[in-house]
Amino acid sequence: MIQWLLVGVIVISTVMGDLLRLGRIGAVLAELARRRFLIGAVFFMAISVFAFMKLLSVADLSFAVPASAATVVVETVLAKLLLKEQVDVRRWAGAGLVACGVVLLAL
Amino acid sequence: MRPDIKTRVFTLIVILTQVLGNFALSWGLKHEAEGLSSSPLTFLRAIFTPYVLLGISLLIVWLLSRMTLLSWADLSYVLPVTSIGYVLNSVIGVYFFDEKISPARWLGTFLIVAGIVLVGTTCPRTTPGQMAEKA
Repeated sequence: MIQWLLVGVIVISTVMGDLLRLGRIGAVLAELARRRFLIGAVFFMAISVFAFMKLLSVADLSFAVPASAATVVVETVLAKLLLKEQVDVRRWAGAGLVACGVVLLAL
Repeated sequence: MRPDIKTRVFTLIVILTQVLGNFALSWGLKHEAEGLSSSPLTFLRAIFTPYVLLGISLLIVWLLSRMTLLSWADLSYVLPVTSIGYVLNSVIGVYFFDEKISPARWLGTFLIVAGIVLVGTTCPRTTPGQMAEKA
């Protein structure tokens, strides 16, 4: 149970870190705002690293590393919703394959 | 067009630092660091054990080399090529940590790689922005 909790923390914090790093919505945000995004990105990335450390100490390496790929699925959905990227069929299919793969890791 | 030598070298660095970094971090946390509790202090103590420190350093190099590579190479090239790291990490798990990997877990790992390769075949940029202007 704790390992899935940790995977959840890794996924959420990595996604937040990536989104805040990439999410210069409109690309015209003031320097201050961008810096605030960057500080947020670093903060969430740090949480992601610590959760990953904890996960490695309680779970297999062959579980921990692939499981963190669940990030790809969440980021694809959020890229569509927040960053307004056009996610075509192949990308959804790719994210779907990753999701299936992560589910299989649990078996 | 085939990737030039600079791209190949950086791709190799990205893959190796990720795989070796995870290996060192895992080795350190399993063999030399005391258990991590909810106290941040245990994390700080763990960070300063040799293998964990090596692992974190390698992962920092991984992050920086990946950002450098992405500054000229397509995400759609970097993503699938470096996803081989997932498989290599599992192989390390089997050989160095005696992990038992079930057929379902292998299948899961390869599905993840397949998914990332599939995403890599799509157009890397769908929104207008700074990169599009540069291209």
